[in-house]
Amino acid sequence: MLVYSIKRILVAIPVLLILVIVSYLVMVLAPGGPTSSERTLPAAVIANIEARYGLDQPLWKQIYDYVENVVLRFDFGPSFLRRDLSVNDMIAQGFPVTLTYGALSFVLAVAVGVPLGVVAAVRQNTWLDYLAVGFSVGAQVLPNFVMAPILVVIFTVWLGWLPAGGWNGGAPENLVLPVIALGTSFMASIARLTRSSMLETMNSGFIRTARAKGMPMRKVVLRHALKPAMLPVISYLGPTFVGMITGSVVIDYFFSTGGIGGFLVNAALNRDYSTMMGITILIGALTILFNLLVDLTYAWIDPRIRY
Amino acid sequence: MPLLEIDDLAVTFATPGGDVRAVDGVSLSVDEGGATAVVGESGSGKSQTAFSVLGLLAKNGRATGAVRWDGEDILNAPDRRLRTLRGEEIGIIFQDPMTSLNPFMRVGSQLAEALTEHRGVSRREAEREAGRMLDAVRIPDAKARLRQYPHEFSGGMRQRVMIAMALLNRPRLLIADEPTTALDVTVQAQIMELLADLRREFGMALLLITHDLGIVAGACEETVVMYGGRVMEKGPTADLFAAPTHPYTVGLLAAVPRIDGDGDLAAIPGDPPDMSRPLPGCPFTPRCPLAHAPCPTVRPPMDGRRACHAPVPDVRALAARLAPEAAE
Ligand SMILES: Nc1ncnc2c1ncn2[C@@H]1O[C@H](COP(=O)(O)OP(=O)(O)OP(=O)(O)O)[C@@H](O)[C@H]1O
Ligand code: SF4
Ligand SMILES: [Mg+2]
Repeated sequence: MLVYSIKRILVAIPVLLILVIVSYLVMVLAPGGPTSSERTLPAAVIANIEARYGLDQPLWKQIYDYVENVVLRFDFGPSFLRRDLSVNDMIAQGFPVTLTYGALSFVLAVAVGVPLGVVAAVRQNTWLDYLAVGFSVGAQVLPNFVMAPILVVIFTVWLGWLPAGGWNGGAPENLVLPVIALGTSFMASIARLTRSSMLETMNSGFIRTARAKGMPMRKVVLRHALKPAMLPVISYLGPTFVGMITGSVVIDYFFSTGGIGGFLVNAALNRDYSTMMGITILIGALTILFNLLVDLTYAWIDPRIRY
Repeated sequence: MPLLEIDDLAVTFATPGGDVRAVDGVSLSVDEGGATAVVGESGSGKSQTAFSVLGLLAKNGRATGAVRWDGEDILNAPDRRLRTLRGEEIGIIFQDPMTSLNPFMRVGSQLAEALTEHRGVSRREAEREAGRMLDAVRIPDAKARLRQYPHEFSGGMRQRVMIAMALLNRPRLLIADEPTTALDVTVQAQIMELLADLRREFGMALLLITHDLGIVAGACEETVVMYGGRVMEKGPTADLFAAPTHPYTVGLLAAVPRIDGDGDLAAIPGDPPDMSRPLPGCPFTPRCPLAHAPCPTVRPPMDGRRACHAPVPDVRALAARLAPEAAE
C-alpha cells in the first residue's frame, strides 16, 4: 500500500507538470494580458511591463522559469492585475477561508448524509424513509446558487439571526450560511446514494448469513452492511470535492467570504492569467491528492483490492 | 413429536408484476437426530421453505401456515425469539458459498461472532474454538486461515467455512440448502461425507435441500419431492427410490445420470411453471405424461404419500417404460 501510494504520487508529478505547462501555454495563446486595456499604451511602457512579467523572453525560457518557480519555490509570480498582491498572497489570504468552510461543508455532507441514508434504508417505506427521501430530493433540486439567496432571505432578512455575508475571521455566525449553502446538495446526494447502496447490500447473501447467526439488526447493519454500502459513497467523494471547489466560487461571490473562489472570479473577469494559473494548479494538485486519499480509503475497506 | 414440523406452509412474494406464490401448502417434518431431504428442480420453492423456518425471507415475502419447533409455532415469531434459535439451535448453510460470506471481514471474525452472539465467551476464546471447528471440517492450516478473507478461499473451502459456522454452537438441526451444487464433483462427495461424519459425531438432525437425487439416498431417511411450490410425493427415501408413485418423482429418478450410461441426462422435457400464474390444478400438468381430465383444474389432494390424480399402477408402468433396468 505504501509502495502504491508512492507510485501514485510519482505518477502525479508529471501530470501536474503537464498541467502547469499547458496552463502557461493557454495563457500565452489567449488574447490579451497585463498590457491590454482600454487605452493604447506607448510601446516603451508595454516593453517595460512585459519585461517585468518575463514576457519578453523566448517561450521555452518563460515556461522553464515558471515551472522552476512553481516547483522549487512554490512561487506563482506576480499578479497581472494587482500590484499590491502576488498570486501567492491571494492564495495565502483566500485558501484558508475556502478550506475552512469547504471542510465544514464536506464534514456536514458526510456526517449527516450517511446516517440519513442508512436510517432511510433500514426503515425502508416508513415515514422516516419518506421524510429522508423527500428531504434529499428537495435539497438536490436546489443548487447552491438558489440555496444561498433563500437562506439569506430566511435567516437574515426575516429572522435577522445571521449576517448576509462577510468572513469576520471565520466567526461561527459568518460560517453557518456558507457551509449550509455549499454542503446541502452534496449531503442530499450522499444520503440518496447511501440509501440505495445500503438497500442493495441488505439484500446480499452475507447479510442473510449474518442474520442466520442470530445477530440483532443493529449489529448486522453496523458490522456487516455499513462497510460494503460505503464503497459507492467513497467513490462519490472525489466528484464531491471537485463540485465543492466549483461551488465555492458561487459561495465566495454571494457571501463575500473572501475565499479563493472570489479571487478566481475576479482574475477571470480581468484577464489576470497568472492568478488564474496559480489557483488552477493549486486546485489540480489538491484534486490529485484527494483522489489518492479516496483510493487508499477504498483499498483499506475492501480487502480484495491490494495494490 | 418431530423436532421440526412444517405444516401447510405458504410463501407469497409481493412483486411489481403481482403476487408470486413460491411455496404453496408444504408440510414436512424432521425427527430429532433424523434426516429429511427436500428435492425438486430449480424454482420449486425449496430455499424459501428453508428461509421461512428461521424468518429469513426477503422483505417482500410473507409466510402463512405453521412451523413447529419442539411443538412451539415459530413461524412469524418476533425477531427476539427467532434470534435465540438462529445459529444456536438451528444452523443453516446457504446455497451459494461464494456470496454467503462477508467479503470485507476476516473469516475468523465471522466465525467467532457466531459464538460470541450466543455465549458469554471472549473473542479470543471464540476464535480458538473457530480454529478447532475449521480443523473438524478439514480445512488445512486452520489457524492461519482464520486471519484470511473469503476471497482467499476456494468454493469448496468456503462451503466448509459455512459448515463450520453453522456447527459452532452444536445446533440440534442443520439446514443445508444445496450444500454441494456450486462445487465440482470430487468436492461434492467430500462435503457429503463430511456432513455424514459430523452428523454422527454431534447427533444432529438434518434438513437437506437439493435438486440432485444422487446425494439423497446415502444421506437421508425421509424424502420430500417438491414441484411448483407444492409437495408432489413424500415418504421413506428407500420406498421413494424403489417404487415412486408420482410421475414427477419418476421423471426425477430417470434424470439421475447413471455412471454406466453414456452420461446423457434424461431430463424431464418442458419448463418449470410460472409461479405468478399458477394452475388451479396440478402444477405438473403441462409436462406430465400421465396428465388427464381433472389435472389442470382440480388440485390433487395429498394423501400422506402423494398428490396425484393418476392411479398408482399407471405410474408404475410409466416408471418401467422410462427406466427399464431400474424396475424389477
Ligand atoms: N424476493 C423474491 N421476490 C419474488 N420472488 C421470489 C423472491 N425470492 C424467491 N422468489 C421466487 O420464489 C420461487 C422459489 O424460489 P426458491 O429459491 O425457493 O427455489 P429453489 O427451489 O430453492 O430453487 P434453486 O434450486 O434454484 O435454489 C422462485 O420462482 C423465485 O423466483
Ligand atoms: S395430478 Fe395429473 S398432471 Fe399432476 S402429476 Fe398426477 S397425473 Fe400428472
Ligand atoms: Mg434454492
